[in-house]
Amino acid sequence: MSAVLVLIEHDGGPVRKAGLELLTLARRIGDPVAVVIGPEAAAAAPLLAEHGAGRVFAVDATEVLDHLIAPAAETLAQLVAVTSPVAVLLPSSSSGKEVAGRLAVLIESGVITDAVDVELQPDEGSQIGSVIATKSAFAGAFATRCTVTHGIPIVCVKPNAVAPQEAPVESVVEAFIPEISAAARAARITGREPREASGRPDLAEASTVVSGGRGTNGNFAQVEALADALGAAVGASRAAVDAGWYPHANQVGQTGKTVSPQLYVAAGISGAIQHRAGMQTSKTVVAINKDSEAPIFEMADFGVVGDLSAVLPAAIEEIRKRRP
Amino acid sequence: MKIIVCVKYVPDAQAGRRFEADLTTDRAGVDGLLSELDEYAVEEALVVADAIGATGERPQVVVLTVGPEDAAYAIKKSLQMGADAGVHVDDPAIQGSDAVATSRIVAAAIAAQSPDLVITGMSSTDGGTGVVPAMIAQRLGLPQLTYAAELTVDAAAGTVRIRRDGDTSVETVEASLPAIVSVTDQINEPRYPSFKGIMSAKKKPVTRLSLADLGIPAEEVGLAAAWTRTVAAEPRPPKAAGTVITDDGTGGAQLVEYLVSHKLV
Repeated sequence: MSAVLVLIEHDGGPVRKAGLELLTLARRIGDPVAVVIGPEAAAAAPLLAEHGAGRVFAVDATEVLDHLIAPAAETLAQLVAVTSPVAVLLPSSSSGKEVAGRLAVLIESGVITDAVDVELQPDEGSQIGSVIATKSAFAGAFATRCTVTHGIPIVCVKPNAVAPQEAPVESVVEAFIPEISAAARAARITGREPREASGRPDLAEASTVVSGGRGTNGNFAQVEALADALGAAVGASRAAVDAGWYPHANQVGQTGKTVSPQLYVAAGISGAIQHRAGMQTSKTVVAINKDSEAPIFEMADFGVVGDLSAVLPAAIEEIRKRRP
Repeated sequence: MKIIVCVKYVPDAQAGRRFEADLTTDRAGVDGLLSELDEYAVEEALVVADAIGATGERPQVVVLTVGPEDAAYAIKKSLQMGADAGVHVDDPAIQGSDAVATSRIVAAAIAAQSPDLVITGMSSTDGGTGVVPAMIAQRLGLPQLTYAAELTVDAAAGTVRIRRDGDTSVETVEASLPAIVSVTDQINEPRYPSFKGIMSAKKKPVTRLSLADLGIPAEEVGLAAAWTRTVAAEPRPPKAAGTVITDDGTGGAQLVEYLVSHKLV
C-alpha cells in the first residue's frame, strides 16, 4: 500500500470530526499518514491511530503556528518528500484550501477543492488508479467529477463527505520540525483573541443546522432554541447577517460557510441562489416561511407555510413532549 | 505607490450557468459581470488610496483581469468605481486554464507592474476555489494576509495590518510591503459608480497583454496543459417535490412528526 498524506487542522482542543472523515476517505486510496499542525499536536495522535493513521507527524513549532498559511504549505511539501504519498487530502476550509494552493505550486501538482466525495478508480495506466473527486458546481446545479492529471493529487474535502469509521492501527508518532523559509515567515500573527464559544456544534461540521433569515425580524431566540432542541448548529442568511442580527461567522451561503448536514432547517429564509450555494448539498431540507411562493420550498423535503413565531415554539414544544 | 486589484469577470449566477462541451465554464453564452466579491477588493483599494492620498501622494489603483474579450467589462466597472487604469490579459490560449496556470499568468502580470500592494477578493463566484491568491503569493514570494475584515496600510512605515475573523478566534496579522491581501465581504460597502465616474472611466488607460507579452509559452497554459481535469459534469436531477403544508396550528407538530418519521430527531 501507499502513503496518503492527510492534513489535520488542530486548535489544541479535541480532534474535529472533519479530520477523522479525511482519514476514512484516505483509506480508500492507501495508508493514511496524518500531519497534525497545531498546539499540542501529539495529543491528537491516539484518536487518529484509531481511525487508521499508522504514522502521525506532529508539528507545533511556533514558526509554523505564528505565521499565516505559508509555513504549513512548506511543512507539507517537506513531508511529501519524506513519505512519497500517492495523494494529499486536506480539509476544504478557507485555510486548508490556501495551504493546498501553495502546496500545488511547491510540488507542481494539480489541486481540487470543495470535494464532497473521493474515490479510487482502477486505471490500467497507473499502479494505484486515479483519484476521482466529486464536487458540485454553480450553486449545486451540477455535480462534477474531477481528477488530477499532473503530479500528486491534492484534494480538499468538505465536512460530512463520509461518516468517520474506526480502523485501529499501531501508530508511530514523530515530532516533525520543518525548515521554514524567511518568505514564509513574512505574514506574522501578532494577536489572537479567542471568540466566545457558543457551546453549539461547529457550523461547517454539524449534522443538523437550523438557520434564520429575514423572516426572523431579528429575533433569533426561537431559532437558537430549536437548534438546541435538535443539538444543531445555528446558521444565518446573508440578509440576517447584513442586518446585524447574527455574526458573519454563522453566515451560510456563497460568501459564508457551505454546509452539507443531514438536516437543514431554513427558518424565514427565502432561498435566494446566494443562500442555496451554501446549503444545496444538505441531505434533507425543511423550510418554514410565511410566503408560500418562496423559492426555498422548491428544494424543501418538508415545508410549512406559516409564521415563525407560531411554528417554531410549537415544534420545540413537540420535541420536548416526545423526549422521554 | 501602486495598488493592484485582481478582478474576475464571471457568469451571472442568476443567468443559468452551464458548461461547454469540453466541460469548461461557458463564459460566452451566459451574461457576465464583475464578480461580486471583487467589488469589495476594488472598494478597499480606493479607500486605502484615499486615506494615503489625504496626507501625501495618492497611490495609483490599477485593476488587473485575465479573461476573454468580454472580461473588459470587469475592468470598465472597476474604472467607473474609481480605479485609475486597467490591465487586461487576453489570449485565446488561456481558455480552460486551471487555478495553477491562472495563478502563473496573474503572477507574471503583477510582477511586471511592481506594485506595493495587491488586493484580491476572497474567492470568485464561479469556480470558487479560493486558491488563486495563495498561489500568486507563493509564486511571487510576497507576504499574504488573507480574509481581511479590516485593513490598515501604513505607507510611511511600509507595513500592512489586517483583522481576520476566524471561527474560534479573531487574529491580527502584520507584514511589510509589498504584500498581497484578500478581503471579505465584511470589510466595506462597495460604492456604485457615479455619473462622473462613468464618464471619466472612458478616458482611463487599459493595457492589453498577450501571453507572449508576459513571456509565458502558450502551450503551458489552457485546457490541454491543465493539471486537473473535469471528466464529467451532470445537471443535478431536480429534487422530487416535497410536502408543503400550511400551518393551521399543527404545523410545528407536523414538522416534528416528519423529522421523527425520518429519524432526524
